[in-house]
Amino acid sequence: MISSLANPLRFMRVSLWLAPVLGIGAAILIGVGLALGLAAPPDYQQGDTVWIMFVHVPAAWTAMMAYAALGAASFVSLVFRHALADQAAKAAAPLGAAFTAIALVTGSLWGRPMWGAWWVWGDARLVSVLVLFLLFLGYLALRASIDDEAKAARAAEILALVGLINLPIIHYSVEWWNTLHQGESILRKGGPALAGVYLTPLLITGLGFSLAFGALWLARIRAEVWRRRATVLALQAALK
Amino acid sequence: MISLASLPGGKYAVFIWPAYAATALGFAWMTLDTVLRARRWRREALALEKARGDDA
Repeated sequence: MISSLANPLRFMRVSLWLAPVLGIGAAILIGVGLALGLAAPPDYQQGDTVWIMFVHVPAAWTAMMAYAALGAASFVSLVFRHALADQAAKAAAPLGAAFTAIALVTGSLWGRPMWGAWWVWGDARLVSVLVLFLLFLGYLALRASIDDEAKAARAAEILALVGLINLPIIHYSVEWWNTLHQGESILRKGGPALAGVYLTPLLITGLGFSLAFGALWLARIRAEVWRRRATVLALQAALK
Repeated sequence: MISLASLPGGKYAVFIWPAYAATALGFAWMTLDTVLRARRWRREALALEKARGDDA
């Protein structure tokens, strides 16, 4: 599937209908997930703040997925010099930054009533997610700061690959260090720690956020393909 | 004017609804920026293609 989409013409043909389909699927899943989530009873410890989980956790999952996509596309672009992979990497970065910003802001709004603090610098989970945000911004800044697009792409791809080390750090931060952040509650030995009434809407909303990322990512890659096409045509016109 | 305290969530409403508003804002920015960007570059590329066709 992915290798067949590596052909730019085929990609443009498939993404033309796939992006809106994913977008509609995302809207339905997020709507259903949030409706179920907001109907869930208050948590016995966290009260109604548990509602923040239905946007905070999916945003954090999607931010990490966006970075994995950025890293994978950067690897393919760096090793195989595939133009579409570079466009995919470039398209993933602003979306990843936005999802990370949502996770950070909603996490802060959840932390204040539960921990009594908007932010804790000594918390490994919080700081490693902040590093993720800075990696996205660094990638975008690096690309914007070098005029030669090919050189900018190479430099940014190397940064993206180095930054991949942060993904396991984020995931295991709650196990490796003492943290205010709650431990792993979904993918853990013995099954999820969440009751079904919270887990089901969380998984539905999480899938919805993922599909939204997919739809927006495809649309941004398409925009980048058009931008490069316009740049080439403008250059050809100028050389005439 | 709706006050946050009148929304569901009791004493935590002032934290819950800003979190949802921040999420909606993030999605609105991502969607608008993506759609406007895609439209702009498609329009420019098609205009340049048409101009090249007219020259030929």
